[in-house]
Amino acid sequence: MPNSLGNFPILSVLTFLPALGALAFLAVPRNRESFFRQGAFAVSLLNFLISLLLLKGFIPSSAEMQFVEWRQWIPGLGASYHLGLDGITLFLVLLTTLISMIAILSSFSAINKKVKEYYISLLFLETGMIGVFLSLDMLLFYFFWEAMLIPMYFLIGIWGHERRIYAAVKFILYTMAGSAFMLVGILVMYFYHYHLTGAFSFDLLSWNTMELPFKLQFWLFLAFFVAFAIKVPLFPFHTWLPDAHVEAPTAGSVILAGVLLKMGTYGLLRFCIPLFPVATLQLLPYVCTLALIGIIYGGLVAMVQPDMKKLVAYSSVAHLGYVVLGLFVLNPQGMVGGLLQMVNHGLSTGALFLMVGMLYERRHTRLIEDFGGIAKVMPAYFAFFLIVTLSSIGLPMLNGFVGEFNIILGAFSYSVLYGVIANFGIIIAAVYMLWMFQRVMFGEVTREENKILKDLNLREYLVLIPLVILMFWIGIYPKPFISRMEPSINKIISRCQAGTTVDCQIPSGISMELNK
Amino acid sequence: MVPLSWYLSLSAILFFLGVVGMMTRRNTIIMLMCIELMMNAANLTFVALSHYLHSMNGQMFVFFIVAIAAAEVSVGLAIIINLYRLKASVDPDDMNRLQG
Amino acid sequence: MEKFVWLIPAFPLIGVLINLFFGRWTGKKAHWIACLAVLGSFIVSLMVFSRVMQGETLNYDYFNWIWVGSFHANAGVLIDPLSALMLIVVTGVSFLIHVYSIGYMHDDPGYPRFFLYLNLFVFSMVSLVLANNFLLLYVFWEAVGLCSYLLIGFWFQKKSASDAGKKAFIVNRIGDFGFGLGIMMIFVVFGSIQFTEVFGMASGASVACLTAITLLLLLGAMGKSAQIPLYVWLPDAMEGPTPVSALIHAATMVTAGVYMIARCHVLFNLAPLTQNVIIWMGMLTAFFAATIALVQKDIKRVLAYSTISQLGYMFVGVGLGAYTAGIFHLATHAFFKALLFLGAGSVMHAMANETDMWKMGGLSKIMKYTSWTFLIACLAIAGIPPFAGFFSKEEILGAAWSAHRYEIYALGILTALMTAFYMFRVYFLTFKGTPRYNVHSHHAHESPWVMTFPLMVLAVFSVIAGWVGIGTHGGSWIHQFLNPVFTLPGSEHMAEAGHSGSEQLLLMGIAIAAALAGIGLAWQIYLKDIKQSDRMAAQFSGLHKVLTNKYYVDEFYDAVFVTPIKNISIALWRGFDAVVIDGTVNGIGWFVSIIGQLLRYFQSGYVRTYTTMFVIGVIAVLGFYLTR
Repeated sequence: MPNSLGNFPILSVLTFLPALGALAFLAVPRNRESFFRQGAFAVSLLNFLISLLLLKGFIPSSAEMQFVEWRQWIPGLGASYHLGLDGITLFLVLLTTLISMIAILSSFSAINKKVKEYYISLLFLETGMIGVFLSLDMLLFYFFWEAMLIPMYFLIGIWGHERRIYAAVKFILYTMAGSAFMLVGILVMYFYHYHLTGAFSFDLLSWNTMELPFKLQFWLFLAFFVAFAIKVPLFPFHTWLPDAHVEAPTAGSVILAGVLLKMGTYGLLRFCIPLFPVATLQLLPYVCTLALIGIIYGGLVAMVQPDMKKLVAYSSVAHLGYVVLGLFVLNPQGMVGGLLQMVNHGLSTGALFLMVGMLYERRHTRLIEDFGGIAKVMPAYFAFFLIVTLSSIGLPMLNGFVGEFNIILGAFSYSVLYGVIANFGIIIAAVYMLWMFQRVMFGEVTREENKILKDLNLREYLVLIPLVILMFWIGIYPKPFISRMEPSINKIISRCQAGTTVDCQIPSGISMELNK
Repeated sequence: MVPLSWYLSLSAILFFLGVVGMMTRRNTIIMLMCIELMMNAANLTFVALSHYLHSMNGQMFVFFIVAIAAAEVSVGLAIIINLYRLKASVDPDDMNRLQG
Repeated sequence: MEKFVWLIPAFPLIGVLINLFFGRWTGKKAHWIACLAVLGSFIVSLMVFSRVMQGETLNYDYFNWIWVGSFHANAGVLIDPLSALMLIVVTGVSFLIHVYSIGYMHDDPGYPRFFLYLNLFVFSMVSLVLANNFLLLYVFWEAVGLCSYLLIGFWFQKKSASDAGKKAFIVNRIGDFGFGLGIMMIFVVFGSIQFTEVFGMASGASVACLTAITLLLLLGAMGKSAQIPLYVWLPDAMEGPTPVSALIHAATMVTAGVYMIARCHVLFNLAPLTQNVIIWMGMLTAFFAATIALVQKDIKRVLAYSTISQLGYMFVGVGLGAYTAGIFHLATHAFFKALLFLGAGSVMHAMANETDMWKMGGLSKIMKYTSWTFLIACLAIAGIPPFAGFFSKEEILGAAWSAHRYEIYALGILTALMTAFYMFRVYFLTFKGTPRYNVHSHHAHESPWVMTFPLMVLAVFSVIAGWVGIGTHGGSWIHQFLNPVFTLPGSEHMAEAGHSGSEQLLLMGIAIAAALAGIGLAWQIYLKDIKQSDRMAAQFSGLHKVLTNKYYVDEFYDAVFVTPIKNISIALWRGFDAVVIDGTVNGIGWFVSIIGQLLRYFQSGYVRTYTTMFVIGVIAVLGFYLTR
């Protein structure tokens, strides 16, 4: 299908370029470690540059799928090779290529064993992640969804820390358990589609036009929801996350927080809400309640963590709670905020994990109490850490604020109570982040080892600067982002309002209106 | 003309010999032979019925099975030889390293 | 005007960027960039001010910031007399304090960092004043909070400093919690967050609605302007360098709450309940902070509590609807309180960072400039004419009187008496009497001219700034100037109406008498016979202890909020997360593996067994079908 970039199949290239790179690596002898480092970085950089072309060709005002590619895949099953990109996935794909590149760059010095396999895993992971975001065919989607787990499993299980096996097994089993429900859901949809139209199809776009009876929607929603909620992770499905984050190598944590968690929220936005609008409206209060519990609970638990990575992991639970809340209040502010917050969380939390990883490389500990006074020893590190921390607690003029404010505004317009509870989260966020910041950065340098820490090197600057620039950009001038997201979001909202057979009036939470 | 039942009986006996061999012997090579025996029992049935039913399908299957048997023996013997080098034994009960 | 207004925040921002990226090279010359940047802002502010004097105003959007659905937030500026006046005060005081800091921070290793933070603060503060919508106001509201956090914790090696910074940020966030909700509610109710649009529609909203909005906004103001119950961060904020205390925690940032209420006066005027809350909150804050200030030994702490107390006055003013009086007091307070802090800083500079007044005394002989300017500031805050504080405080108290809030008036006078008392207590203990420090080991000296020059300029303004308020009510220059802002439709208030001349004279007499009484008492106790203070402390030991410990409010908050929340969090983590949730997850895994363990026995690994089972199975199936 022609697009503004001519006939260049940009989406396929984006998806499979890293995998091709990884395959090429197989032919190279394993002792050439620097080749793998630079080669993987070159591939991911190239992929990132290609993904920037998307921005050029993307039509901002359109809510439709763009750059669509369609080929027959398994005609007998009604499965096709169908890729497409819209305002929802545009920035998620860009985030993926960026974070992958940064993750590869960040592990140059951290990974010294099984280097070849490491970079092959990372590249395959990138293919899997981009595939998930771009697939418009459910079979293809499921394929990428599961394929992505394998390299992540190895990343945690081979290059992780002390309890890596436990964490890796927990991660993969937990996620697969959820996916099993989704697979059942996909198959039910598949056969129901046959029942309705007489044709077998895995195509999301034709599924989107199906009108399902409420009972069916309800169960299907739950089936999909469990899979995505585990991935997000939504309270109470979150316990795999701290373990996985703590045990994963830095790059693994960065990708996990930066992209993998977005798969869950993306799934909710792309599948749960538009496919089952009636069930969404019915179950919305429960989902929002879980999200709100996650916001408060994640923050409170994060506050008392002794381990920096665990703290950031629990803060992710809180942040993703915001995202889910925003997506499910079904108004433009909330949903755009939620989508933007996915990107923000990828940047901020990704950067936080990178920075914790930098400390870990120097000191081989992640415990907060082992630090103190780092601001004096590493001033540049201090400056970056400050910006990243502030971005994470949603300080205005940085990215976190734009997302969080819109989410809370959306929640508030939906229900005052939701808005108030969600707003408590920003106080808690300040408490746990600043407390951690204080204990790590401020005070006297109490440990001898900490007195000789080296400040950031050039590679680490290169890792952090793009993230920080984006944080400021989204914080100060988010319009280019929002304007590309909004049409697609509005389409989902109208789908929710039109595709309902029961009362779909979104209740306005506020009764005090203009009295004239 | 030998009646069909004779062929089938012979094939059943051969098959049963193979099964008993699998159940009782502790030598991997002999067990492999027993498998061959069972397959050939099946082959005999196919050929007999093919002749009886005037259909070439049965004989076609026989070729498949012969090919598979050949592949199986070659792989199987290779495995057994390697295991023998490793363990100096062909007793399957000794090959329990994968039992957790 | 939009052609150059943006320069006001741009100059300090450029200063920030230069010192951020080139701090290594600017080093000890960082002040040049910082001071020039603020001077530039000040000059542009003067230009703006002169335009506003000619009646010009501006409401201009530079770019669309967050546009989602019907929610539109722009980056724009609003210039009217109120913001022009604030700009002058903010940039002017900031400039003087920047200059002062050159001397004060001279030997600090974090010299460029300090000026970077100060510039960042000036950028945020002027942007806050310029904002033309609620969200932008909120943005810079948080940004000044950040600067305050960074500057309080400037000497971050000290745990008390970083603790104080964190406390300030978190307490402010509690206030911002309300402010943020208030903005959201404004959007939900009015569908806009532009000041002009919202104020235009304000009279159409229900009173309940407006009360809720204004109470939420007030929560934000409480946090930023350190009012009861959120004042606890400000005394601790004195851990920061003294110029910071002067600039942020006395003259400018903490008055943002007053500015915000004045800016939103249209909404507050329509919510009488909120106004009443503001009046009482302000008055109680003024009163209790003054009582605490009576017994503090640390010179900066006294000034901190006096700031809280004066902010309370301003809240009383805006709560009464006398917005001009509130803003007037804000402006005069900025000058004399900055002067007081800088004077205190000058003393600390001379005394090797000693802050305990009981270890000072008799410094007026050594530090002439500091002592004289400090005296002027004390007279100003005590409310002695013709110094600035007299006129502005008089207006607030007069407003209380003419609004028939006599209880407020009485408390106000009592507080004014205490104010005069504790300020002169500071003055006498520090500058008069005999030295109580070791004269030989301490080499006390007057500060360099970069520090005394700002003191003198501020002293001049502490005298003359009040004169703009001379004239019968409504007739003075400041009223003329601010009237266009505060007399928008629906903002007429009786407090603005004057009272008769003789009544006015009587009120002035009472105020002056109270101030003089306070000064006299301080003279009696702290100068004439300093032992007397110990006797009094012993006599009222219970009260003295409560006051010295600041009514145990910090301890109360600690016991009621901080500790329980921490314990709950630990319980949630250790108990709920690790045991209940993860226990369930791992329990399911354990259950499955138990079943696996049982089924394992069928998987013996013996081929013979498998074959036998297979045969048995075949026989069973065959037997089933054959015998059926």
